[in-house]
Amino acid sequence: MNDAREPAAPRQPSPKQIGEPLISVRGVTKYFGDFAALTDIDLDIREREVVALIGASGSGKSTLCRCINRLETISDGEITIDGEPLPEEGRELTRLRSDVGMVFQSFNLFPHLKAIDNVSLGPRKVRRLPKAEAEARAVELLERVGLADKAQSLPTALSGGQQQRVAIARALAMEPKALLFDEPTSALDPEVINEVLDVMQELAERGMTMLVVTHEMGFARHVCDRVVYMDQAEIVEQGEPEQFFTAPQTQRARDFLSKILAH
Amino acid sequence: MQIILEYWPLLLTGIGTTIALTLLGYVFALVLGTALAVCRVSPIPPLRAAATVYVEIFRNIPLLSLLILIAFGLPDVGLVLPYFWCGVLGLTLSSAAFVCENIRSGINTVPIGHAEAARSIGLGFFGVLRFVILPQAFRTMVQPLVNVFIGTLIGSSLCAAITVTETTYVTQQLNIRTAEAVFLFLVAGVVYLSLSLLAAWAGRRIEAAVAPGDRRARGGDGPARGAGLRLQGAGQA
Repeated sequence: MNDAREPAAPRQPSPKQIGEPLISVRGVTKYFGDFAALTDIDLDIREREVVALIGASGSGKSTLCRCINRLETISDGEITIDGEPLPEEGRELTRLRSDVGMVFQSFNLFPHLKAIDNVSLGPRKVRRLPKAEAEARAVELLERVGLADKAQSLPTALSGGQQQRVAIARALAMEPKALLFDEPTSALDPEVINEVLDVMQELAERGMTMLVVTHEMGFARHVCDRVVYMDQAEIVEQGEPEQFFTAPQTQRARDFLSKILAH
Repeated sequence: MQIILEYWPLLLTGIGTTIALTLLGYVFALVLGTALAVCRVSPIPPLRAAATVYVEIFRNIPLLSLLILIAFGLPDVGLVLPYFWCGVLGLTLSSAAFVCENIRSGINTVPIGHAEAARSIGLGFFGVLRFVILPQAFRTMVQPLVNVFIGTLIGSSLCAAITVTETTYVTQQLNIRTAEAVFLFLVAGVVYLSLSLLAAWAGRRIEAAVAPGDRRARGGDGPARGAGLRLQGAGQA
């Protein structure tokens, strides 16, 4: 498979992107036992850039996302956040990790805490903000995701879409430099997917740096600045969404798109 | 009946000592067991190994042997404790192993995603445990911890073997004086049963107090949808 590797797509970002590379992935390789989940990945995500990471299940896109937040260790290579390499463990890692927020497929709200406490926990316990200040900010953020009236609700009393929006507010509360989304709408009922995508689009328009692992091709095409296509643990093609969706350069991308866009 | 009326101060002393042994042994076991459980889930291999070795040793030595080793072995190495405290120490060491395993399995009931979410907002190992994992795990640990309490209570009767004047020891002494074994041990049985039932009742109250969230959700405005989504999420994870 490797010897048939297609020519790499243009690397340079589209002209509308501004800013320096914020997240740099260099030669990253990740093994689970003998299984290569990532092989020699190079990827830059620039400030204010919104990157869609797409590909079939098992192509390594979620793993890459999790490696950037060090929820998975990497076997080889280097990841830097704003010029600082991610350390293996310890306090430095904890600090850097909160610079990059993460939104999970299964929301992972803390079920014993109300929405407002889910959002204010990080600022209070990590940033040491006074309770009143952290809660005031949490209410602001819940308002921003359209859930001011749910501040006192426990996660189990919220719909999936509402839970995911609380999870986005929770990530924003740490004032991260970038947000990672690991299939944020894959566990949602179809009718609530848009309420989450709307919040993400608003973030994108406000200039948040985002890496979005997604199967929502509409979102990738219309909201993202760049599409990165992964297959079998490597980046096969990347480029501007319009170009990628209308004229993919590689056979593997064409096959992938023909499968998902057939209907 | 005559015996009880005649010897009630001695019996009360015995019951009081039983309660003291149990409470002290249990509280110390909770502290030590929690520390051991934290070691068992820590990212540091030597700590994990040490806690595992501790659990395997103290869970598998019969309490009676342990008490006798402490009471008659420690003086050989120059450490002389009153027998009461030997009893407390034995109960603590033994119950801590069970507390540790219960807390660890409670921790394991919390989905790993919650720990990851907590790490992703910048909480360190202890922050994740303290604010996210343990508050959830505690709900599932109440009943198992009540079982350890009852085990500690029942185990405290073995302190009779090292002459601590707790309920069983007093019962044996009275039996020697009065030769009313069946009646006296029935009385002792009622004492242990009453204390155990009291502990189980307290456990149920605590469990109800710490688990309001789940119940409220079941009666909440969107229970079917919430549960469905949770299953869906689990299926795709």
